[in-house]
Amino acid sequence: MKLKRPSKAGTYESNDVYIMLFPVDDGIKIELESVVYELFGDTIKNVILTTLHENNIENVHVKAIDKGALDFTIKARVLTAIKRGLVNG
Amino acid sequence: MDRIRRTLLFIPGNNPAMLQSADVFEADSVIIDLEDAVSINEKDSARILVREVLNNLEFKNSEIIIRINPFDTEDYRLDLDVIMDLNIDTILLPKASIESIRDLDKVLKENNKDIKILVLIETALGVENIMNILSHSDRCVGLMLGGEDLCVDLGCKRTKEGTEILYARGRLVNAAKALNKIVIDTPFTDVNDEEGLITDTKFAKQLGFNGKAVINPRQIQFIHNVFNPSLEEIRHAERVISAKLSAEADGKGVFSIDGKMVDLPIIKRAEKVLLIAKKLGLGESYED
Repeated sequence: MKLKRPSKAGTYESNDVYIMLFPVDDGIKIELESVVYELFGDTIKNVILTTLHENNIENVHVKAIDKGALDFTIKARVLTAIKRGLVNG
Repeated sequence: MDRIRRTLLFIPGNNPAMLQSADVFEADSVIIDLEDAVSINEKDSARILVREVLNNLEFKNSEIIIRINPFDTEDYRLDLDVIMDLNIDTILLPKASIESIRDLDKVLKENNKDIKILVLIETALGVENIMNILSHSDRCVGLMLGGEDLCVDLGCKRTKEGTEILYARGRLVNAAKALNKIVIDTPFTDVNDEEGLITDTKFAKQLGFNGKAVINPRQIQFIHNVFNPSLEEIRHAERVISAKLSAEADGKGVFSIDGKMVDLPIIKRAEKVLLIAKKLGLGESYED
């Protein structure tokens, strides 16, 4: 599935993650800033990637600003951004 | 006896930090709010977040309630679509009316969901129609008073002293007790006024409310302290029951304690106190 427009979800609050999705044509790229990047950076990227794959999103540039979100919060925010990105602008 | 609901803590449905901590605050019930605590542009985000939280976290200590959006909004149906796949205890139905409780009952029945309903009474018409509203669904366990919105409907100012909601409080308690339902008082909204909270909660207990809505976790212990039976009440209840059993063994129909005759209402109140104390693990814990 291809996103129809850029979208975002989440907040900059503690335990949340701010997700921005930009439709592109050259696969998936994830840019992550996180308060726990060294310990959990790879895990966070995996959650984002898995959620994108589960929803058949293949061409997207993700910018994520994480403030200590747990996995289910990251997944929720990615899902919301996907849902919003699939709606016609 | 149904579950104990001394405190029902509102948690904003779009706030991950509060949601994941909800079980730690020791409220008897947690109300995950999809309505007033979530802005109109974030309703979709809150629904998805709540779904993921509830599918991944187990809340062992509290009843899980979701306050959905009102019946006359598009979000009402969207909220219910998500809830049908969740394992929650109760739905809090805002701006409750005969029409909305009828519809909610129908949706839950059609989807075979064993979810209870708590109605939020926050309009003048809701107050007047309360007997009818409460009777409209077997799933309805009781009601909560929404004092702030009720005052908007009444065109009056909401005060700490609460004279403006006195009629509503009395009427709703009476109706709930007449139909054997629980009745929860409106929250005390000044989170920095502990004395005011205790006074307001004591008054609610005096009127017959079973518990109180909570908007800040700091309020919980104060409200529990008011609604918990005191050691004195527990010991008195034990004496009443002990005297009752002795009287029955002696074939006596009436008996007295400290010179006062004990009749059926006193016995029933004592039984209730001991049941609540047992459920809360009180009585023995006072002696620690």
